[in-house]
Amino acid sequence: MPVIEVKGLSKVFGKNVKDSLKLLDEGKKKEEILQATGDTVGVNRVSFEVNQGEVFVIMGLSGSGKSTLIRLINRLIEPTEGSVMVDGEDLAQMDKENLRRVRREKLSMVFQNFGLFPFRTILENAEYGLEVQGIEKEERAKKAKEALEMVGLGSYVEQYPNQLSGGMQQRVGLARALANDPEILLMDEAFSALDPLIRKDMQDELLELQDSMHKTIIFITHDLDEALRIGDRIALMKDGSIVQIGTPEEILTNPADEYVERFVEDVDRSKVLTASHIMHRPETVNIEKHGPRVALERMREEGLSSIYVVDGHRNLKGYVTADDASDARKKEIKDLNEILRTDVPKVPLDKPMQEIIEMIYDTPVPIAVVDGEKLKGIIIRGSFLAALAGEGEVKSDV
Amino acid sequence: MFDFIPEIPVADWVDDLTDWIVETFAFIFDPLKNEFGDFIEWIADMLGAVPPFIIMLLVVVGAFFITGKKFGLAAFSLVGLIFIENQGLWIELMSTFTLVLMASLLSVIVGVPVGILMSKSKVAEAIILPILDFMQTMPAFVYLIPAVAFFSIGMVPGIFASLIFATPPTVRFTNLGIRQVSTELKEAAEAFGSTGAQKLFKLELPMAKGTIMAGINQTVMLALSMVVIASMIGAPGLGNPVVSALQRAQAGAGFVAGISIVILAIIMDRYTQSIYKKK
Repeated sequence: MPVIEVKGLSKVFGKNVKDSLKLLDEGKKKEEILQATGDTVGVNRVSFEVNQGEVFVIMGLSGSGKSTLIRLINRLIEPTEGSVMVDGEDLAQMDKENLRRVRREKLSMVFQNFGLFPFRTILENAEYGLEVQGIEKEERAKKAKEALEMVGLGSYVEQYPNQLSGGMQQRVGLARALANDPEILLMDEAFSALDPLIRKDMQDELLELQDSMHKTIIFITHDLDEALRIGDRIALMKDGSIVQIGTPEEILTNPADEYVERFVEDVDRSKVLTASHIMHRPETVNIEKHGPRVALERMREEGLSSIYVVDGHRNLKGYVTADDASDARKKEIKDLNEILRTDVPKVPLDKPMQEIIEMIYDTPVPIAVVDGEKLKGIIIRGSFLAALAGEGEVKSDV
Repeated sequence: MFDFIPEIPVADWVDDLTDWIVETFAFIFDPLKNEFGDFIEWIADMLGAVPPFIIMLLVVVGAFFITGKKFGLAAFSLVGLIFIENQGLWIELMSTFTLVLMASLLSVIVGVPVGILMSKSKVAEAIILPILDFMQTMPAFVYLIPAVAFFSIGMVPGIFASLIFATPPTVRFTNLGIRQVSTELKEAAEAFGSTGAQKLFKLELPMAKGTIMAGINQTVMLALSMVVIASMIGAPGLGNPVVSALQRAQAGAGFVAGISIVILAIIMDRYTQSIYKKK
């Protein structure tokens, strides 16, 4: 059963809205209307349904109208035309009081740059949605804490947002959205501001939460990989219109038009996925603090034959092998520098898999993924092959 | 040139308007002049009756803590206040301080709500901005004339003139501070179903606090400068010795009073600044 039904939803920014709508009816394009009336068509006659418990991804490049569309759904932007039915009520026609009620009880939103209030603690931020409803202090603190625990931030309640990393801040954003137990979550590029590894973790965590919550989620993204990972169904947007709606499979195998085709033809995974997508968290030792003994111990613990060496700022220095380290221990060498090997195979974060293929077969140690000098992750042969073969998700749990 | 246009009697019109206002609103002006005037004088008298060393102590200790336990401002305040007392200007200092305090307080009470209104409505902003420009660029002396007409001479017209002259920064900075709150935060407040008032008090004013305090700091400084000018219409305080030194060409007396005003200005400026800079 659909929870949200969007019908003929449009937004025209400008002063000659009526003329522009007429031109839209005549089938004119966005640029033609801009020239004729000076108006910008943000969203053009969009219709779709989202079912209970579904993760519905709206995907498009910047300027395609996806951020406008999500704001039309909870009416942060006033629609020019069309309807948004939530549980049989039309948000687009509602008076302000009812709109507030629906926003408080049924819809929550997660923002790209987190949208946390910097002068409030984490708990107070998570409480916000309950606070505006006038719920008693104790009860709202209890619910907010539950939501924070759900996202793994139960012990950070007294911190302020600027004391947390980006990933943790977005967890707060998510907790705030979950605290008033809405039916529908609107997520506007929620993970786009995060580091690739953290982003992947957050996607996994969202899916995990979703397994138990069964919320209806509308998720906006410009990242095809993200869309394929988390979407039950994907809507592709271009110039304010939806060009295709379907499951990831349908979109990949049966693109509706040239635009979609161009979009997905690159989903030759070796071209789409980059080093940042398939890397794992590296095991490292710190050259300033650790000696051969620690290095050897770490390698034994993790079952590795070599380990990467970084300095206090995570700048990549090289690697040591297990053999060298155990020799060094016998000779009682204390300094890692003496056995450090610097012939490191390294690639930048955005290196496509295709170009890594050649390297992976020649190298005795995992490939280091670097951002400038900083070590961000490693790529090992096994997971590389799995990703290439398209074995669904690439796990990052090493 | 343009002889065919007779001189437009703008000055006469303004005179008539002032007279009309004085007569029509006497029922407001008179109690303000009397009751409010008495109240302010009472405060100034009370402050003057407190032994100077108690006030010095409060100011110095306050300065020490408000600047984060540093000695700079505390030492300056101590030396400065002892100097003013030594020059026999203590009572004048208390009067000036009272006037500045009242004028600033009223400016904030009027200015912050007007600033909020401006930030919420483009129409209000379009109307109020030119009025603020007018209030700030009109030579300050000009306000003294209707002030005397409304409230005769003394403290009340001084406060009235200060109010007009010193309110604009608070209005402007309040408007600016609220408009600067990022769109995403405003959207967040709205998306969770805040009412307009909830958005204002739970998000916008806390976010704008620093900017508003910067405006209030400016307002205090302007009020201080105006209060000195107001001595010309009989407002008591540190401006009086300046004005009388001017009339008698006494460079020394003028310098001493001027320095006292500077000392008061620096202390008040640092006090208000450290409030808005505090995290």
